[in-house]
Amino acid sequence: MSFMNWIDERFPATKVWNEHLAQYYAPKNFNFWYFFGSLAMLVLVLQIVTGVWLAMMYKPSADDAFASVEYIMRDVDYGWLLRYLHSTGASAFFLVVYLHMFRGLIYGSHRRPRELLWIIGVIIYVAMMATAFMGYLLPWGQMSYWGAQVIVNLFAAFPFGIGEPLSVWIRGDYVISDATLNRFFALHFLLPFVLAALVFIHIVALHKVGSNNPDGIEIKQNKDENGIPRDGIPFHPYYSVKDVVGIGVFLIFFSAVVFFAPDFFGLFLEPPNFEPANPLKTPEHIAPVWYFTPYYAMLRAIPPMLNSQFPGVVVMFAAIIVFFFLPWLDRSPVKSIRYKGPIFKIAVAIFVVSFVVLAWLGMQASTPGRTIASQVFTALYFAFFLLMPWYSKMDKTKPVPERVTK
Amino acid sequence: MKKLIVLMALALLPLTGLAAGGGNVHLEKANIDLGNHAAIQRGAKYFVNYCMGCHSAQYVRYKLFTEVGLTEDDIKGNLMFAGGKVGDLMKIAMPAEEAGNWFGAPAPDLTLTARIKSGGADWLYTYLKGFYRDPARPMGVNNTIFANVGMPHVLWDLQGVQAPVYKYEVHHDGHVVASFDTEAAADAYVKEHGEGYRLGRVVAGLELVQPGSLTSAEYDQVARDLATFLTYISEPMKLERQRMGVWVILFLVVFTVLAYLTKKEWWKDVH
Repeated sequence: MSFMNWIDERFPATKVWNEHLAQYYAPKNFNFWYFFGSLAMLVLVLQIVTGVWLAMMYKPSADDAFASVEYIMRDVDYGWLLRYLHSTGASAFFLVVYLHMFRGLIYGSHRRPRELLWIIGVIIYVAMMATAFMGYLLPWGQMSYWGAQVIVNLFAAFPFGIGEPLSVWIRGDYVISDATLNRFFALHFLLPFVLAALVFIHIVALHKVGSNNPDGIEIKQNKDENGIPRDGIPFHPYYSVKDVVGIGVFLIFFSAVVFFAPDFFGLFLEPPNFEPANPLKTPEHIAPVWYFTPYYAMLRAIPPMLNSQFPGVVVMFAAIIVFFFLPWLDRSPVKSIRYKGPIFKIAVAIFVVSFVVLAWLGMQASTPGRTIASQVFTALYFAFFLLMPWYSKMDKTKPVPERVTK
Repeated sequence: MKKLIVLMALALLPLTGLAAGGGNVHLEKANIDLGNHAAIQRGAKYFVNYCMGCHSAQYVRYKLFTEVGLTEDDIKGNLMFAGGKVGDLMKIAMPAEEAGNWFGAPAPDLTLTARIKSGGADWLYTYLKGFYRDPARPMGVNNTIFANVGMPHVLWDLQGVQAPVYKYEVHHDGHVVASFDTEAAADAYVKEHGEGYRLGRVVAGLELVQPGSLTSAEYDQVARDLATFLTYISEPMKLERQRMGVWVILFLVVFTVLAYLTKKEWWKDVH
């Protein structure tokens, strides 16, 4: 104990431990949906650790990148394991973060007083997308190359003469090239640490306002004589032991993919990406990895106007930026879907269907029929957000109980 | 017996201005077994003898085949004709630029072909069996699943020469409305129906017109061995990762059960 005293006089170790773990009171009614925050952190750590080790063997140059990945797969001891963990980890990261965001959406975790917590989360999501996009260029396969070509060209659609110079500035060249690969590698290495810092800020914000719960009740409004929320339990040990169970279940599924289907039927590792990048040979069909395809479908849904792809680009970015405004779009008197009425439930269902269908459409080659479908579901996607101030207000709600339920 | 018709996929050939569909091809099952080291060894032998004149497998080291039961001396004696060390990569001497001039495009590296082509081993197997005589092509051959392939049929002395058996299809509004064995019958149908009906020719099957040195069953085995070999080199650690995966998941199941029991014990006083 005297050792801890020595530390505590110089560093608030015990204070931090208590404030954020042993005496951080979380609602006792967390359900299935509350596993994905800790899982996202686990995957971030996994990505950083495997990524650093991959970087020890990877060569960020147009001449050597593809061969160095195959070198890792074949000649480095357990290099294939590092690489599959990392490539599967990228998809797993998006999957758990999408589920984590969905949790926030249905239980109203973005509502006052958690607006800033939500916004920091959306910033994390945007940073993740940038990280994943740059990382996908690194294997220097056909899909890496042409996917990056398509996405960077989006910036060239910006009007007022800034688009073209902007895209050249991003690439460091007129086409995706060695210069682009080199800088994407540098940024792909940097951004995960920015992500880790953002996650830290996310948790600082969370612990200021306290965790929401499936009932959308503020447990801090009902404290006992010691000032402890009656519906709260210390995060440690209760949720630390519970999250370990979630981690176990998650790792079973994750390992099933890593060891038995690492390319996941062409979704996580796309077959054309086993062919080295060839600037002279455009693949028949270019599609980003699944986690970007909803936005890609929206981009393709919008026809060019005045000879410019810019409107599609605006819609695509708007689809992401709209998440920032969610805390103010929801005007319902209650937070959780449990006490909201049928309109909100139907709206959420439409939103989920739109997102999934758009993800599927974004993977397919476009046909006139699919373009119309993309337009319809893009409209529904935006309607969910933009009409929310009205439908959330007029929806019938149920009375919220005083205390959390089971 | 040798004169059998191999039923094959419908590989659309552009004949009367119809665009080739490409996508919807039927692949024959290769039924490969990656645990069959003898098949991989035979595949390696065929690969270095027949393929490596033009195709490299430049991410593979010769030493890899010690994993499938060959000794370093076996490898040096049977797979490495130009000397070198067993740790060398399976590169070729043909410069890519020259190859491009000679064949129109350099022969692709084959290390990862099994992972690039949809169907993997089945695609390779069908491809190796799908060459047929086509005097219109520079190399005199075409392929049922790789239309207008630039490669010659390097295994022809083993397989022999196959000729296409055509089927004549009448298209209307993008659909096949009728199908005939002879061009004349199809022509008559088109003439009868008039505008909007077009004739398309597809390869319905292949017929062995000149036998090779192997029986067709023996040749199938060669194609299967090569497909096994190419699938093996595309991901040599595949069986190892599956074996490891079983243990990892068994461990995780035990871990999760223990974690769940721990959680239940801790939570029993939470109401």
